[in-house]
Amino acid sequence: MAVLAAQNLRKSYDGQEVVAGVSFGIAAGECFGLLGPNGAGKTTTLRLCLGLTEPDSGSVELMQRPVPGEARPARARVGVVPQMDNLDPDFTVRENLLVYGRYFGLPDRTIRERIPQLLEFAGLAGRTDSRIQTLSGGMKRRLTLARALINDPDLIFMDEPTTGLDPQARHLIWERLKQLLAQKKTIVLTTHFMEEAERLCARLAIMDRGRFIAEGSPRELILRHIEPHVAEVHGDGVVEWADEEAGALASRVEKSGETVFCYAADPAPLLASLSRRPELRYLHRPADLEDVFLKLTGRELRD
Amino acid sequence: MMRPFSPPAVSLRFVPVWRRNLLVWRKLAIPSILGNLADPMIYVLGLGYGLGSILPQVGGVSYVAFLAAGMVCSSTMNSATFEAMYSAFSRMHVQRTWDAITNAPIELDDVVLAEFVWAASKSVLSGLAILAVIWALGLSSSALSLWVVLLLPLIGLTFGALGLAMTALARSYDFFMYYFTLVITPMIMVSGVFFPAEQLPAPFQTIAGFLPLIHAVALARPLLFGEIPANIFLHVGVLLAYAVAGFYAAAILCRRRLLK
Repeated sequence: MAVLAAQNLRKSYDGQEVVAGVSFGIAAGECFGLLGPNGAGKTTTLRLCLGLTEPDSGSVELMQRPVPGEARPARARVGVVPQMDNLDPDFTVRENLLVYGRYFGLPDRTIRERIPQLLEFAGLAGRTDSRIQTLSGGMKRRLTLARALINDPDLIFMDEPTTGLDPQARHLIWERLKQLLAQKKTIVLTTHFMEEAERLCARLAIMDRGRFIAEGSPRELILRHIEPHVAEVHGDGVVEWADEEAGALASRVEKSGETVFCYAADPAPLLASLSRRPELRYLHRPADLEDVFLKLTGRELRD
Repeated sequence: MMRPFSPPAVSLRFVPVWRRNLLVWRKLAIPSILGNLADPMIYVLGLGYGLGSILPQVGGVSYVAFLAAGMVCSSTMNSATFEAMYSAFSRMHVQRTWDAITNAPIELDDVVLAEFVWAASKSVLSGLAILAVIWALGLSSSALSLWVVLLLPLIGLTFGALGLAMTALARSYDFFMYYFTLVITPMIMVSGVFFPAEQLPAPFQTIAGFLPLIHAVALARPLLFGEIPANIFLHVGVLLAYAVAGFYAAAILCRRRLLK
């Protein structure tokens, strides 16, 4: 059963097409990742899915309801963790959850019953009456997650949920997301951390310039788009080495600043060549999603 | 989905948003009321007794009573304007509270309605505080003055709506300075708050007639001094028209700004 279906979505701002024909479906219980560089159109796609803006063309069905036409009842079954912190700074932790629950039309009694278990889930059990200003960045994110769960949603949208968090905080969020998936919740996640997408998402799409340019499971994407071995090489004379030798030994060579990335199905000849060049330092590793991402979206900076 | 210019699709879902603002206010209620009361009372007592001691009666009453009746209207206006501009702008733009709310099953129109009603609610408290002082000082003793209690929400809605429309256009807090210096302050001067508007040259009186504040004063002052105001329907009609048009403008300007 599809909890979210988008058909050929398009959206332009000032003549610039930010979402340029995007279609996808998300089944109940899935964790779907939307990857892309800054400005790829991820956040606009989420806003279209939530009915917060109207597409120029195309359609969205959220929880089997047309959006934005029936966005209100559709959003009643959905939770959102936005990219930017928008917790209510005038309130305590508990008040934030209480007030947010009221926006869903929940009676205070129901909300008060849910608050302790949500704070337990978010690792904030001792912080019920803390003011928001006293929370760390990781705590705020966890509280935002708890807030998104106040209506016991079937589908949770998370826009870059771990951006700016330290590794401990990030791992905790990942654990909680896995728990939610185990409870058969559906998660739609945008991120530019490949590690995050690889860990959590059964299926993902890479988005660039308003389009989906690749879709599949993390493993499929790696198999389909990239050679299995990578050598990252740097040191004196690396450019000459790349020009003279590496081109013939690797199936693809990319130069980025002082580093040369060599991609190969069989790494042996490459490593043999490197062992004769003690001035070059290198890291040999299996290809990962980040290599796919950089191959498909390029290495230039995005602003 | 609403079209850019369709009337606000409001619903009772605005109530939890209004309650949110009430909960914040309750934490700071006493300083807030005292703050709202202090400024107008300094004017009423300072100008009223200071200037009043060298003035004969104004409009048939003592100057302090004359001024207090005007200040009920102008401080209700100021309170609604402040709330709809500075505070609503914080929630919309700085704290992103509105974004959080519209991720729940609440539409932007509901949020704008909640801010509109909230600005009016808060301004009623300011107006009531001054009214209480007027009664306590014996500046008004007519039973008709109780009708002013019903006039206050109308004043609050009128100026709350106009303030919200400004908020929808604002890029930063600085923008609100223009509204105060170019609109609110001159309007206070021409609307008979400090002195009878008839003292001004005719063109100013004509301009004032098209602005809302003079109509609020034209209702409040007679009521406080025990007279039934003339042209009640005209004055109420102008205030209502500003409230409705202002709210509609605020709703469509907020859509244009936030639902892109």
